[in-house]
Amino acid sequence: MAEYKWPDADKRTFIGKRISRIDGPQKVSGRAKYSFDINRPGMLFGKIVRSPYAHAKVKGIDTSAAERMPGVKALHVVSDVGTEIFWAGASVVAVAAVDEPTAEDAMRAIKVEYEVLPHLVIDTDVNNAGEYAKPANENKSGDPDKGFSEAEVTMEGNYGLPVITHCCLEPHGSVMEWDDNNVLAHLSTQAVSGSVAQIARPLEIPATNVRVQQDHIGGGFGSKFGPDEWDITAARLSKKAGGKPVKMFNERDAELMVAGARPSAYAHVKVGLKKDGTITAWESQSWATGGQGGGSSPPLPYIFNIPNQRKQHTALTNHIGSARAWRAPAHPQGCAITMTALEDAAAAIGMDPYDFFMKNIELTGQRANIYADELKIAADLIEWKKNWHARGDRTAGPIKRGLGLSIHTWAGGGHASDCDLTIQPDGSIELKMGTQDLGTGTRTALNIIVADTLGLPMNAVKITIGDSRFPASGGSGGSTTIGGISASSRRASLDALDQIFAKAAPSLDAKPEELEAVGGAIRVKGNPSKSLSWAQACSKLAATPITVRGKNPGPGKLTDQGVGGAQMADVSVDIETGIVRINKIVAVQDCGLIIDLKTAESQVYGALIMGVCWALYEEKIMDAKTGRMLNPNMEFYRLAGIADIGELVVHMMTGKGYDERGVIGLGEPPAVSPGAVISNAVANAIGVRVPYLPLTPDRVLAALEKKGGNNARI
Amino acid sequence: MQDDDNVKDKGSGLSRRTFLKASGISLSVPLVMGYRVIKVSGAEVKLYGPGKVPLTLSINGKSYNAQVEPRVTLLEALRNELDLTGAKRVCDRGTCGACTMIVDGKAVYSCSTLAIEAQGKSITTVEGLMQGDNLHPVQQAFIDNDAQQCGFCTPGFVVACKAFLDKNPNPTAEQIKKGLGGNTCRCGTYMGVRAAVAQAAQKGGRRNG
Repeated sequence: MAEYKWPDADKRTFIGKRISRIDGPQKVSGRAKYSFDINRPGMLFGKIVRSPYAHAKVKGIDTSAAERMPGVKALHVVSDVGTEIFWAGASVVAVAAVDEPTAEDAMRAIKVEYEVLPHLVIDTDVNNAGEYAKPANENKSGDPDKGFSEAEVTMEGNYGLPVITHCCLEPHGSVMEWDDNNVLAHLSTQAVSGSVAQIARPLEIPATNVRVQQDHIGGGFGSKFGPDEWDITAARLSKKAGGKPVKMFNERDAELMVAGARPSAYAHVKVGLKKDGTITAWESQSWATGGQGGGSSPPLPYIFNIPNQRKQHTALTNHIGSARAWRAPAHPQGCAITMTALEDAAAAIGMDPYDFFMKNIELTGQRANIYADELKIAADLIEWKKNWHARGDRTAGPIKRGLGLSIHTWAGGGHASDCDLTIQPDGSIELKMGTQDLGTGTRTALNIIVADTLGLPMNAVKITIGDSRFPASGGSGGSTTIGGISASSRRASLDALDQIFAKAAPSLDAKPEELEAVGGAIRVKGNPSKSLSWAQACSKLAATPITVRGKNPGPGKLTDQGVGGAQMADVSVDIETGIVRINKIVAVQDCGLIIDLKTAESQVYGALIMGVCWALYEEKIMDAKTGRMLNPNMEFYRLAGIADIGELVVHMMTGKGYDERGVIGLGEPPAVSPGAVISNAVANAIGVRVPYLPLTPDRVLAALEKKGGNNARI
Repeated sequence: MQDDDNVKDKGSGLSRRTFLKASGISLSVPLVMGYRVIKVSGAEVKLYGPGKVPLTLSINGKSYNAQVEPRVTLLEALRNELDLTGAKRVCDRGTCGACTMIVDGKAVYSCSTLAIEAQGKSITTVEGLMQGDNLHPVQQAFIDNDAQQCGFCTPGFVVACKAFLDKNPNPTAEQIKKGLGGNTCRCGTYMGVRAAVAQAAQKGGRRNG
């Protein structure tokens, strides 16, 4: 029996090294096929007529003109007469035609009548939301009245961040093919294995008749966990068109309107503290929205378990496209509100927030030492003690510079994951798994683990993923993929190696447990001269390949959960224009044993850049009167460009104390803090808090005009 | 839908239809199947459509034929008619650069270029950057510096970087930031892209002209 653990540091060939992603050549050459790139023989193009109203009832639908158009092959009514519509952009009628221009013409020929109903799309005013506001009960811990009475200083402020949208570059959608009783789905999804049942159920066919394929996905970030209504609609159109494949992907405006919303969060916060920095109490009234389901309730206060709390949260339902998971759901909101309020609290007593965080670090619980270590390293990297100044840059001129900090956490862990590892008698190796590579480097991690375990070069192993016919592996969410897939592939590799050892042992005149796989050979430990090449050893399988099923969960401690990180930002603000520029952001992050340092660092860089986007630019701007999104495009739904991100520094906590924890997910934690660190740095630079993200020039100027801008209107 | 012909020309105060009448347009016999040549104020103008017209494009040194409506963009013609899917449709209105191609030596947004307008021009797409099995230095630099995650913006970025280096063989860090501002990445690979462009510049990003 193999011992299920990770190799010691001195025995790792690829694990933890900087390895280039194995699908890099496919991606840089344009040969990587995304679901959006799939072209099938006889394929039709699907388009959707969408509601222009945020809240309405469908009164009439006339598709007769579209039906008569040459080239139109199928129509499907998604929201029939009488159906209530809850957001602008909701699907009403779908059409499939021989090409995109014909499908567009058909859309325009379809007439829909609506009875327009009252709507709410603005979420900043909870007091005037009426029936849409659903307050929860007050949540109390300790004795908040006593905590505030003991406080020498009480800081009060408003904080918040709006709904933002995922804006995946590959829009949501699929190529659906429903022929006879089988559905072939080329879906853009974060859950290849998990989408099968979600397609079968609404189509009322056995799940065994559904196959999901996806080689590459152009972004998900939490918004692509299964087929959407329009994917199911594409399948129905395919059936109506006699089984012809139908390509149905959102246009960019629809993608931003209906296919992704990170809930907003707003809060009025009170922090009680003593002049020495001791925090005595927390109070918050918060609200959040994310469409009909309301928003998630952010964890407040975030990480710091402040004694004596009083909290009340209100879920606000409104008429925008539904909320979807976004990288570390609820954490960025909880973090942005808490860490900015605590920074304001430190400013209220004239304390350096670094010292303030360190003074209260025990409130972070069992990971306090790690946070402290990470804050120290981050402070060195950004030269905190040299560059920090009390709130408000007093130097002359309009450009003010400031520093901000934050900490964050996330669970990670490893999801359920199965894989099949096949070793052929000629020595060739293939690992099959029904997982997906979101660009996080899943393929590469699998390749590293199998090659490292079998003592072979990377290119000796074939990794095949992205097909629901392979052993099922979990959806890529919650930063659970790397833990799940690395554990199951390690177990499969160790078990397969056991079988090879057993076959090779007689020829080497040794016992199987005396063998090791190193440098392309199976050899006797301590006697490298007694060895077989990998190919010679595999030839002992005679004619029959072996296939080993790897599983997670399983024996041995290969994964863990719970990570932390510290970030610090250095920004410059032009107080005449209100423009914020990032000078530098430092991220210090732990994630247990790192499989591929190169792609791990990329995850953190990417999280910081995504954070710059939502700290400075991103907002789903809704029009109160029409109920429509005003910026459903990429000119006015701005993302950071290559010049907007300053200098980014990533420091991964690795080695002793981290490696032995096993593999822990990384995609989400570093995406939590950027809003807080940038907001804190801006407050430090200009001397007042800009209460609401994104920190657009108008908000910065408004806060400056108000002075003490904490209560400035949005 | 507004009738396009009735849209007022704001500059002249004439509707387009009136303008066409007033300027004495003469229709000549079609020279090539697919478009007619009309004279507008003495200048010859090609008039395509409204139905499908034959299209000939020179892409990566090869000639391709298709039948498309005149309103079809260069990007859609390649993706939907020719199965050249390296360039991506993302913003579809000239903002994000995922569709970048090189047309007659210049980086263009192919989502904002009509296919019929690209006829007779030399088009280079991401598929045309490799020489046999060998990656272009820009492509290799993207891999070495992990300038990609999901990879959906990558083909457009690679092509934009090649075009940029063709014009700026030895760019400064500031020129890189400015010159590649027309491409958007959602995963956040800009640090890798900066390093990749610097590496490719050193190793001769100008290969392949």
